[in-house]
Amino acid sequence: MAFDYDKYIRPGKLPHIWCPGCGHGIVMKGLIRAIDTLGLEKNNTAIVSGIGCASRLPGYLDFCTLHTAHGRAAAFATGVKMARPEMNVICVGGDGDGTAIGGNHFIHACRRNINMTYIVMNNNIYGMTGGQFSPCTPTGAKASTTPYGNPDPAFDVAKLAIGAGATFVARGTAYHATQIDKLIVEAVQHKGFSVVEILDDCPTTYGRRNKFKSVIEMMNRLKDIAVPVKAAEKMTPEQLQGKIITGVLFKEERPEYTAEYAKVIERAKGGK
Amino acid sequence: MDKKLPTIEIIEKYCKGCHICVEFCPTKVLEMKGFVASVKNLEACIKCMQCELRCPDFAIKVTA
Ligand SMILES: Cc1ncc(C[n+]2csc(CCOP(=O)(O)OP(=O)(O)O)c2C)c(N)n1
Ligand code: SF4
Ligand code: SF4
Ligand code: SF4
Ligand SMILES: [Mg+2]
Repeated sequence: MAFDYDKYIRPGKLPHIWCPGCGHGIVMKGLIRAIDTLGLEKNNTAIVSGIGCASRLPGYLDFCTLHTAHGRAAAFATGVKMARPEMNVICVGGDGDGTAIGGNHFIHACRRNINMTYIVMNNNIYGMTGGQFSPCTPTGAKASTTPYGNPDPAFDVAKLAIGAGATFVARGTAYHATQIDKLIVEAVQHKGFSVVEILDDCPTTYGRRNKFKSVIEMMNRLKDIAVPVKAAEKMTPEQLQGKIITGVLFKEERPEYTAEYAKVIERAKGGK
Repeated sequence: MDKKLPTIEIIEKYCKGCHICVEFCPTKVLEMKGFVASVKNLEACIKCMQCELRCPDFAIKVTA
């Protein structure tokens, strides 16, 4: 049976604004299927974003949504979660939004281990503003601001999240569509701050500058570089050169922020 | 194998002609007709749903 996405999309919002072959639409569909699997209620679920092409996502969804300031999704989402801890809170946004201007909010949300999910749609570029390099642009790649090749090393978003204290970290790709919803389901079920990085494609501002002849070439690259966690365990570092490990990369249990904060409130009221 | 053919609906006003469904269909059921995807060989469809899952534009629906 065809999946009924319409049930979760605000009437009259399609077609969306994303370019032909932009992976953001594939991620949005994965998120919708995950929400359907989890049975999350529209009135009890907040989807929060900053600014960017990726951050346009909440506008399409018929949930409680917040489209905030550039890089501030995690900050606004923290406010929502503190005021209404019973709500499901999901942040979505791009690599620029989450790791450049919003990098600070991102790492501190990881450190706090507040119970929400953050989906980073990593297309290695500032898509919306015409292709300036982001902290996730690979070394040597071309962007409008690195016409001779990017001298900077790129962030590994998953490693950044693990290092900063996120308690669930997973990675998928826009090519591996069936895996996207599975990772998001697990992330939302995890009690604590969960990060799902989806390697994405921006054919318009990244692909064209970096010698990808088509969307298909970009998709094939995602297909070729992805190695599932289990397969990676059996591979040597040489074999893993140029590959990216996908699946659930990290998971641990640690006290969750809203629960700890409730205890602070109790103490302040004179209990213990 | 189940002989009943699926229905593949392509919503032309949503399709942006990215070629993803055509390229990654394992049995080459789909083709581009001008700027939009279209069904070329329905008999070959194995109902894997990959086209529907990967279409970034909500433009293709497979009902098995
Ligand atoms: C305070 C502020 N600075 C800069 C901008 C301009 N701006 C808009 S979107 C964007 C980058 C978005 O990149 P990313 O988050 O990777 O999303 P993508 O468009 O690639 O999906 C920038 C720099 C802004 N809107 N606000
Ligand atoms: S500019 Fe890039 S990220 Fe933005 S919609 Fe187009 S392809 Fe997607
Ligand atoms: S369901 Fe599978 S076999 Fe059928 S058209 Fe789609 S991708 Fe091809
Ligand atoms: S994947 Fe979707 S948008 Fe792309 S050509 Fe096929 S039907 Fe059209
Ligand atoms: Mg980006």
